[in-house]
Amino acid sequence: MDKQRALDLYYQMVLIRRLEERGAELYQAGKIGGFMHLYIGQEAVSTGLIAARQPQDRVITAYRDHGVAINCGIPPTQVMAELLGKVTGTSKGRGGSMHMADVTKNFWGGHAIVGAHLPLAAGLALGDKYAGRDAVTICMFGEGATNIGFFHEALNLSKVWNLPVLWVCENNHYGMGTAVERASAVSDIEQKAEGYGIPHGCADGMNVMSVYEAARQAIEKVRAGNGPYLLDVATYRFRGHSMGDPERYRKQEEVKRWEEQDPIGNYRAYLTDQEKIDAKTLDEMDERASADVQKAVAFAEASPEPALESLFDDIYAEEV
Amino acid sequence: MARITMREAISQAMWEEMERDPNVFILGEEVGVWGGSYAVTKGFYDHFGGERVRDTPIAEASIVGAAIGAAMTGLRPIAELMTINFAFAAMDHIVNEAAKLHYMFGGQFMLPLVIRAVTGGGRQLGATHSQTPDAVFAHFPGLKVVSPGTPEDAKGLLKAAIRSNDPVLFLEHATLYQLRGEVPDGDYVIPIGKSKVQRPGKNATIVTYSKGLEISLKAADELAKEGIEVEVVDLRSLRPLDMDPVIESFKKTNRAVVVEEGWKSFGVGSEITSRIYEQAFDFVDAPVRRVAQKEVPLPYNRTLEQSALPQVSDVIAAVKEVL
Repeated sequence: MDKQRALDLYYQMVLIRRLEERGAELYQAGKIGGFMHLYIGQEAVSTGLIAARQPQDRVITAYRDHGVAINCGIPPTQVMAELLGKVTGTSKGRGGSMHMADVTKNFWGGHAIVGAHLPLAAGLALGDKYAGRDAVTICMFGEGATNIGFFHEALNLSKVWNLPVLWVCENNHYGMGTAVERASAVSDIEQKAEGYGIPHGCADGMNVMSVYEAARQAIEKVRAGNGPYLLDVATYRFRGHSMGDPERYRKQEEVKRWEEQDPIGNYRAYLTDQEKIDAKTLDEMDERASADVQKAVAFAEASPEPALESLFDDIYAEEV
Repeated sequence: MARITMREAISQAMWEEMERDPNVFILGEEVGVWGGSYAVTKGFYDHFGGERVRDTPIAEASIVGAAIGAAMTGLRPIAELMTINFAFAAMDHIVNEAAKLHYMFGGQFMLPLVIRAVTGGGRQLGATHSQTPDAVFAHFPGLKVVSPGTPEDAKGLLKAAIRSNDPVLFLEHATLYQLRGEVPDGDYVIPIGKSKVQRPGKNATIVTYSKGLEISLKAADELAKEGIEVEVVDLRSLRPLDMDPVIESFKKTNRAVVVEEGWKSFGVGSEITSRIYEQAFDFVDAPVRRVAQKEVPLPYNRTLEQSALPQVSDVIAAVKEVL
């Protein structure tokens, strides 16, 4: 990866962090409604993963999707506008925090029913295989989704049909407040892939370069026609599951231990030490990210609400 | 005009659409090598090959889910569920995905998808394999629910469903596959969302669809012998629901019976009756009657099962009540 690209990834992660910190404030202020799940702590996962894709590769994820949207190339203005329910948002204010997408960026959505998007991912990959396109579908989900039937049906189908899917378990160790060991009979997610004869690997989700390298190799394998592959990426969310989380299920010491592995701090140290990037360059990127978030908030606040007359638009693609 | 069965009509619609458009393909349980559990796709596998006639695991959520994903890429999948009773295992994908994705993402995703399923009771399959839960699916905006009662409609409506850019649930009644009827020659399409008067009459209106059409037409024949001319309006699709021919007929007859095979509570009859009262209250000369399945899980025993299902005699009695 060249130096500029490496710096871009740093900027992406800082941008996501700042955008969500601001989002949390706007949520507390009552400007964002519904459920909102922050990605803070997990930024390196989708940043490294999506950096490894080609433009024709599709991305689909669960409801913790703000960071994924940004990494797919959706401008922060549109993400913030969707959070505020504005017509300029990714989904015209219809979807909210959990339902962002942009087909022009090959981002096929945040999906909020746990595991339900996995069969869809199999279908996206089937579409590409059917049409003979050289594309890989990258499907992200939490480890909590590996206990629901959809996961098992989708993995099975992907193997039976040899579909070009990269299954990525974004393993933050808790399905809401239930630790993986308390919810999964087999808490090593890679073993579940093994059960379907799907090759698998892992990555350190607090290290963007680890994710990038693992993803690059995995995508290559899938693109070569070897069928599905599963990547288990260990990560941690620093904030609650959603904005209303009493956090009775984990100890502050545990959170602190993981915070010491902050993916942004980790990566900054890597860029400084290994890539010899000076602090000033990185500070400037931090400032640019903050400024871009300010602009995004200003854009979102100034954007119009969806027109009341649009309530019934797009229930169907065709006139009924 | 050719006289063919419902099964042949459905089969022809798919065959012709697959010949016409390479993006159309079929997936489902036993659709391929077996030839379809109701023999609707017999010969398809040999002609179109395994890529376009895809046998799936017995795993309904992934059948419908994968069909949705493939539709999002621009293909036109026809997902076959062996029976509508198995759709409950795919309920999330039908309700939370197929019916929602176009709207929820601001119109970005297209879902040109057909889910075919066999519906209805009357074949001694026991309670879990005999349901007629059509109205359940019609509850959800975003889904189109079509259920034909004649071979002509089956072929034309299925072609429309395959060409539609929206998700369509296409319900085929299990005991209508052998029903014969005239079908126009060549390629024709019947638009989804248009009710049709299947038999003209002046004394009362029967509103029905699917299996209900067959028993309503038989009842109409019997009633005609007594000089009672009923008009039979076939809904053909439950969503979108076209009330215009129903209201037009009711304003003429001022009396109506709704005939469906599903349970009465919260069913098609409840909806149609309400709408008649809402839209044509001044024309009501008698309370609208509903003929429906008795409120019981269908039993295996043939006599018991038939006693719970709507019969021609029930329709005749209901019509006489409103006269």
